[in-house]
Amino acid sequence: MTPVQALDFIRVLPEIVLASCAILVMVAEPFVSARHTAALAWVSLIGIVAAGAGNAWMRRFSGPAFGGSIAADPFASYFVYLLLLAAALTLLGSVRYLETNQVHHGEFYALLLLGTTGACLMVAATELIMIFIGLEISSISTYILAGFRRADKRSNEACLKYFLLGSFATAFLLYGIAFIYGLTGTTNLVQLSEKLSAPGARPPLLWIALILAFVGLGFKVSTVPFHIWTPDVYQGAPAPVTAFLSVAPKAAAFAVILRVFLGGLASAGALVFWLLWISALLTMCLGNLAALWQTNIKRLLAYSAIAHAGYVLVGMAAAKAAGPEAGEGIASVLFYLAAYALMNVAAFILVAHLAGAGERYQEADDCTGLAYQRPGVAACLTLLLVSLSGFPATAGFFAKFYVFRAAIHAHLIGLTLVAVLNSVVAVYYYLRVVVAMYMREGNPRASASPLPWPLGAALALSLVGIFYLGLFPTPFVRLANLAASPLP
Amino acid sequence: MTIPPHWYLALGTGLFTVGVVGVLTRRNVIVILMSIELILNAVNINLVAFSRMFHSVDGQVFAIFVITDAAAEAAIGLGLIIALFRNKETVNADEIDLLKW
Repeated sequence: MTPVQALDFIRVLPEIVLASCAILVMVAEPFVSARHTAALAWVSLIGIVAAGAGNAWMRRFSGPAFGGSIAADPFASYFVYLLLLAAALTLLGSVRYLETNQVHHGEFYALLLLGTTGACLMVAATELIMIFIGLEISSISTYILAGFRRADKRSNEACLKYFLLGSFATAFLLYGIAFIYGLTGTTNLVQLSEKLSAPGARPPLLWIALILAFVGLGFKVSTVPFHIWTPDVYQGAPAPVTAFLSVAPKAAAFAVILRVFLGGLASAGALVFWLLWISALLTMCLGNLAALWQTNIKRLLAYSAIAHAGYVLVGMAAAKAAGPEAGEGIASVLFYLAAYALMNVAAFILVAHLAGAGERYQEADDCTGLAYQRPGVAACLTLLLVSLSGFPATAGFFAKFYVFRAAIHAHLIGLTLVAVLNSVVAVYYYLRVVVAMYMREGNPRASASPLPWPLGAALALSLVGIFYLGLFPTPFVRLANLAASPLP
Repeated sequence: MTIPPHWYLALGTGLFTVGVVGVLTRRNVIVILMSIELILNAVNINLVAFSRMFHSVDGQVFAIFVITDAAAEAAIGLGLIIALFRNKETVNADEIDLLKW
């Protein structure tokens, strides 16, 4: 055990910056008058940008930290950028939302930053204990965020469901981790991989541990059959929180799945592959089919988020099946998550604006004729939905393209076919909202007030990102490939 | 006389089962929360037993983290239940049914 050095702290710089900023916001909150709460939002935004700068600077010091429990590598760095982006967009989208809904408290920003800190720790962790701590920091903050509109019964219900099912799943994950520790004597992913790949070292009960851990992580990324909470929570939670929930904890949990199941436990091959394959199939099909019947936009986007998790799992199954050439599959997953983050956060924060005070107007029908009153807002929502359904020239298209290509290269023809069919079905429900906005006359009940500027800035940023990824994906793919390299 | 490790594991498995059954069958939210705590304690028993088996301290450190986490979860969970009770006056999971399909 090497003593802790200054270098160790540099390697967790983004997390330190985020956590300090969160503490600062929380301590300063009682001294800031209610009219100036927005100042705390800007402090938090500066914190997020500073964490991003720290992440960029840290690149020169990559390597393991704190006795190998954290790794500062391109993989972690990629995910930290992604999580910070999701946090920044959510923050921009929530400033006016919180004012309109009269829940403008500084704690919101502190919890958002802490949630991001936890997720950042998860993606950098190379030790099961560290993964657990990161997971809980991010989960506990998001449990509270989901219930942030305390006076609203739907928000109460959403956060209670999220909390109960979330801690139930964490308990499963922990039980699995305890078994992994008991069977191998270590919780470090590198040592774990060495111990398991030694000939004849395969412990007999490892499959139980694997399944338990997969259940716990599968809950966080809402794979079928552990998705039941997702639509309820996404609908009931405040919409900007849903934007954050649907991206940050999910991307972090995907990063953990990549690190644990394709890195540390890689030698337990066939079982992991089939777990990924089956959950990819179920998640895609059930997510898309259930979305067809939804009339509530938040719920529709929730099922769409489930379906997207299914496509990501296709990429993971491809990476697993490709064996030593797993790089392509992993890179496709990383690209997909970046595109997904841009589209989903933007869609949910726009829905937060449309739903108005108290989130009364969440139905697709509430948008009837919106294109005639607010052509800009309608066009923006249309572009986001079109990108989510994977039309060419948008990020959604190349995200799906790379995942499907990786799957075909790994000879998963059947799974790819199902995935393609699913993305065709998905077009129907996305376009239903578009049809309501453009093709039907009537007065929209949805809020027709002009977009507040922070929200406008967030939307502009994500649309630029979506079209950049959709038109010039190559530089970004190179980045994803670089990030995928340190894994197996 | 020392107790062999698999006895601890059997106890852990028993607690885990009680916890899972409790979460799945009970309707009172507070009892569900207690059942989750039972599962976490099953994890702790396993961790400490393994730690003794390997003569290493890792498992005990992990168990302390789990205990801390369980405390945080209980604090948050009870807070959330109070927030719900103020609005709905119920802690019965079957009556928490605004969000469906």
